[in-house]
Parts: sequence; structure tokens; C-alpha cells
Amino acid sequence: MYRYDEFDHTLVAERIATFRRQVERRLSGDLTEDQFKPLRLMNGLYLQLHAYMLRVNIPYGCLSSRQLRQLAFIARRYDRNFGHFTTRQNIQYNWIRLDETPDVLAALAEVEMNAMQSSGNCVRNITADQYAGRTRDEIEDPRPWCELIRQWSILHPEFSYLPRKFKIAVSGAPVDRAAVKFHDVGLYLRRNAEGVVGFEVIVGGGQGRLPYVGLTIREWLAKEDLLSYLEAILRIYNLGGRRDNPQKARIKVQVNALGADEFRRLVDQEWEQIRQSPLLAVPAAEINRISAYFADPAWQDLPDGSAALDLQRQADPAFDDWCAANVVEHRTRGYAIVNLSLKAPGIAPGDLTADQMDRVAGLADRFSLGDLRVSHRQNLVFPDVQQGELLALWKELRSLSLATPNIGRLTDIIACPGLDFCALANARAIPVAQDIGRHFTDTAELQDIGELTINISGCMNACGHHHVGHIGILGVEKNGLEFYQLTLGGSSGEDASLGDRLGRSISAAEVPPAVDAIVQRYKALRLADERFLDTYRRVGIEPFKEAVYGPRTREVA
Amino acid sequence: MDTTGQMVLANRLTDGRVVFLAAGGGWVEDIEGGAVAMASAEAAELLAAARVAESRNTVVEPYLIGIRTVAGRRQPVDFREAIRAAGPTVRTG
Repeated sequence: MYRYDEFDHTLVAERIATFRRQVERRLSGDLTEDQFKPLRLMNGLYLQLHAYMLRVNIPYGCLSSRQLRQLAFIARRYDRNFGHFTTRQNIQYNWIRLDETPDVLAALAEVEMNAMQSSGNCVRNITADQYAGRTRDEIEDPRPWCELIRQWSILHPEFSYLPRKFKIAVSGAPVDRAAVKFHDVGLYLRRNAEGVVGFEVIVGGGQGRLPYVGLTIREWLAKEDLLSYLEAILRIYNLGGRRDNPQKARIKVQVNALGADEFRRLVDQEWEQIRQSPLLAVPAAEINRISAYFADPAWQDLPDGSAALDLQRQADPAFDDWCAANVVEHRTRGYAIVNLSLKAPGIAPGDLTADQMDRVAGLADRFSLGDLRVSHRQNLVFPDVQQGELLALWKELRSLSLATPNIGRLTDIIACPGLDFCALANARAIPVAQDIGRHFTDTAELQDIGELTINISGCMNACGHHHVGHIGILGVEKNGLEFYQLTLGGSSGEDASLGDRLGRSISAAEVPPAVDAIVQRYKALRLADERFLDTYRRVGIEPFKEAVYGPRTREVA
Repeated sequence: MDTTGQMVLANRLTDGRVVFLAAGGGWVEDIEGGAVAMASAEAAELLAAARVAESRNTVVEPYLIGIRTVAGRRQPVDFREAIRAAGPTVRTG
């Protein structure tokens, strides 16, 4: 894990001191809310329906047990004993007091964490594959590059007042677990024809009111050119983004208005002016220095434990279910990647109590070399678990309700905070997720259904990624009541696609039966081991429309 | 029998908690303790008082909400405001 150097410590400490004075001036009345709002947002502090909400960066989803214990302390001391992990690999506290926020930031700084640029019209937390550095198919670990981009983008003087927020994701594996194509800039580490590793650069992806799959503007970019090329992209966006209209101010609108070719031409033109700048060079020594923080941990030389594991799995069907759904192959012999499901039936997706955080931190020390990850699907990951310890870990996780065998399954639901917390929401998301979770509790059934994602957003801003759920659910308000619009066929993976609208919106009570009807129709239509998404792409939307609305229903809205 | 009226709701500056404007200019967390305007002129007066509190940095973003009284208890008409008044419908921790 990256450790702060003296510059990082100084920068964060100075920022907290500045914000403490700003809070004091707000409380004393020297600053109005209009003056203060952009300042608090730059420090991750929102004002929501019930209280202030603080969004804390978890850089590219990497978290140590020490940091998690501090997050537990903050939840207990300054909040209501829980935190909420988000689709941007961050954690949000929902009940923070304004007058205590500087103290919370100071507590975060003690463990090298911060909330800088977790809001506002700037480059946000860089996100990445939660399995970074641990899978066999990975071309290269994306984390050093994420850290480099983080350092380049934090307090970047030219990009602190962009037209809108700016999100960057990086994946080092061909299997996309980071929704790369739905970011303002998405980067895939790729080999060129000569076998040299560089970046495929994708721009203009995003969800929200105007969803787009990102467009590739460069098939391969040399690593040493990364920062100069990003700088060129940001400059073209900063100059040409629609500052006149917040709804159209994201780079995706600019890119899709210009077209990929014209946008690329503008970027290249700018890039030629700056690519030789020593300020933007990526010296090998620096990337090597950063990479050293992400060097492989001291894995033991273990024998392959799969035969013994098979025996344990045969002896306990529940353990077998968990291994099948939540355990992923590790690139090192004798080890496994373990997903902790934050999606037990009836639980708010992504929520973790302070007590759970402390216990999980202890388990991370005992079973995963003190290392954790946060996934954009709002789960936690232990990246380095010995195969021989999986059974013991499973028993511990089960006692914490964190061993639901549903990763990538129908009940592994993404849900934004929705109208239960968020000032922007039109409808609730969490209770809908809970109702679906209670409707589908049969593990064998979930396993039979297989890979199927459900993503729920409480408004068009799409924090719950509804556009890219295999089944997407969007909360809308109609005549003062909550309704839900279903979409099918979305994917956030390398086969990225936006979901298609199924039909008229339905009430919350109708959502679980509708999902059930979709699932039953899928089971009737699938070929052999065909995934839901593949069946949908083969047969189209009509059979599912009929399953939900009946043969005679005609769409009216 | 239902009756309808209006109240002023806001976030308290120091902690962001939802508060209602009470008679006499104070702010309370319990909807039952807030002032209710039955006529539009009264509502305008309440909102004007709230704006003063906003300018004095007591509260943030005050606005009028419609309420009705059901079985002797006040309830916001709009479900968004009902959630603000009663708190989240889900609990963790």
C-alpha cells in the first residue's frame, strides 16, 4: 500500500487547518452558505436530507486493517456506528456534524486518508479493479498508475474548477471489474503489437441523465506519455466543456458532440504542445518508487491446496456454496481471493457497522496480511488468503453476516443511498434492494440463476449504476409517489452496454415479482450455461416485457 | 378528520439535523413542536422568519412544507418531507 511522504502529510495537514478555519468562519457567520458550499464540497462534505454527509476517499479501493479500524472509530465517535461503501470505492458517513468535521478529517489523516476532491468539479478518487495485483490474467498492476494519477490530479491548479466532476478508472486485466468504459477517462493496460505495455485510452463514458459508453481515442499510449496525454484531455475538456449547462457539462457530452475523431484531433494538437514538458514526464525512477509500495507481499511458498479444499467443500455444502460464489482464484499457488458480501438479506447494500469494521480488520490481519479492498459493487475483498484457511475464515465471516454466497449473483445488488439519505433522490433504493434480497434467499436457486447483476438508483444521476445492471432499476417520482423503471441488458464490463427500458414504471411492491418473472423467463429461454445477459442479447426484450406486463399490456408512458 | 397546514423545515447549521420553525422563532427537532400556518399569509410570515434565521446562520435552506394532521399527529404531505421529518426508513448499526 502507498504510504504518504512528507509532502503528502504536509499537504493534508495544511488542508485540514484551512478547512478548520473555514468551518469556524461559517459557524461565526463570516461566510454565507453560498460562499461556504464550494469549500465544504472540496472537502467531501455534503448537506443531505437529515445531516451532513462526509465522503472519504479510499484510493483505488485499497484499505489497510489499520485504516479500517480508524474508520470504525470515526463511525462510533462521530457518526451512528456505521459507514456506507459506495460505487466509487469510497466510504460515506451519513450523520456527521459540521463543527466536528475538521476533527474527523484529522482522524483520517492519522491513518493517511482524506476527503479531498471526493466532491466538487475536479478529478475525483481514482478507481480500479478490486483484484489488482492478484489475478493471473492481469497484464500489469494498475495501482501504481492510479497513485501517479492521484498525485498529479490532487490540487492540480488548472483542474480545480472543471466544468463538472471528472472520474478516472484504470484496469490492468482484460476482464473489466471497474466499469472502465463508464468513466470520463477509462484506461486499460494493454500490450501493443510489439508486446510493450501501455494504455488504451477511453473518454466520454458515463451514466446519469445522458448515459454513454466511452469511446476509444487511442488504442495504445506509451506509459511515459500518460500524464501529458491526460493533461491534454483535461485541457480540451476544461476549455470546451459546457459550463453554461450543468446537465451537459460532463466530458461525455463534449466528446459525443464532437465525435471521437475530432476530440482526438484536438487532444493530439494540444498534446504536441506539452508532451515534452518535464513537468509532465513520468520518470522511470518515480514510477518505480511508487510501484515498490505495491510490491507483492511476503507470500509463503505453499503447496496447491485445492485437493484438500475440495474435500472440505464436499463435507459442507454451505461452505461449498460460499467458495463457488465468493472465492476467486489467486495468481499465487496456495492462495485465494475472498469476497466479503455486504449484501446479506435485509441489509442496506454496502453498509458496515463499526463493530463489523473492527472485526473485519482483525480478520484481515489474521487471514489477509492486513490488506483489504473495496469493490465498486460495494463489497469488501481479502486479497491474500491461504487456501488452507478458507474454512476458518468462512466460519468467522458467517458469524458476522458477511459470508452470504452471492457475489455476482442476483442479490449482490448495488444500491445508492436513495431517498432515505440523499437530497437529490426521487425515490428510495435501499428498501427495494432489501425486498429483492428477501424474495430470493434460496442459495441453490441463486446459484442456478448464475451471474446476474441488479443495480438500483434513486434518481437519474445513477450513483447506483442502474444503466449498466443486467437488470437496472431507476426510482422515479410520479404524482408524489415512488415508482420504479426497469431496464434490461446493461453491462459495466468489457462488453459494455446500456440497459434497454422494459416498459412503464411499477410500484415498489411490484418490483420483486417483476424481477422474479424476468428470472423465470430467462430460465425458460436460456441455452445450457448461457448467462442472463447473453440470453437477453440473443432473444431481445420482448419475451421479458411479456413476462412482466403480460401479453395484452401496451406501454402507455 | 384531516386538517392541512404548512410548516417551515430546514437543516440546522451546526449538525445538519432537520428542524422545524417553532412559534417565537426557535427551532425544534420534533414536528409536533413546530409552528403551523393555516393560511397563506401566516405561511409567508413563517418563511420570512426562517429567512432571518438563515441570514443569521442558524439554519440552512429553509422552505415551506405541506402537512396534514392524521389521528392527532402531524404528517408531511409529500413523502420526501415525511422521510426528512421521520428519518430514514432503513436502519444500520
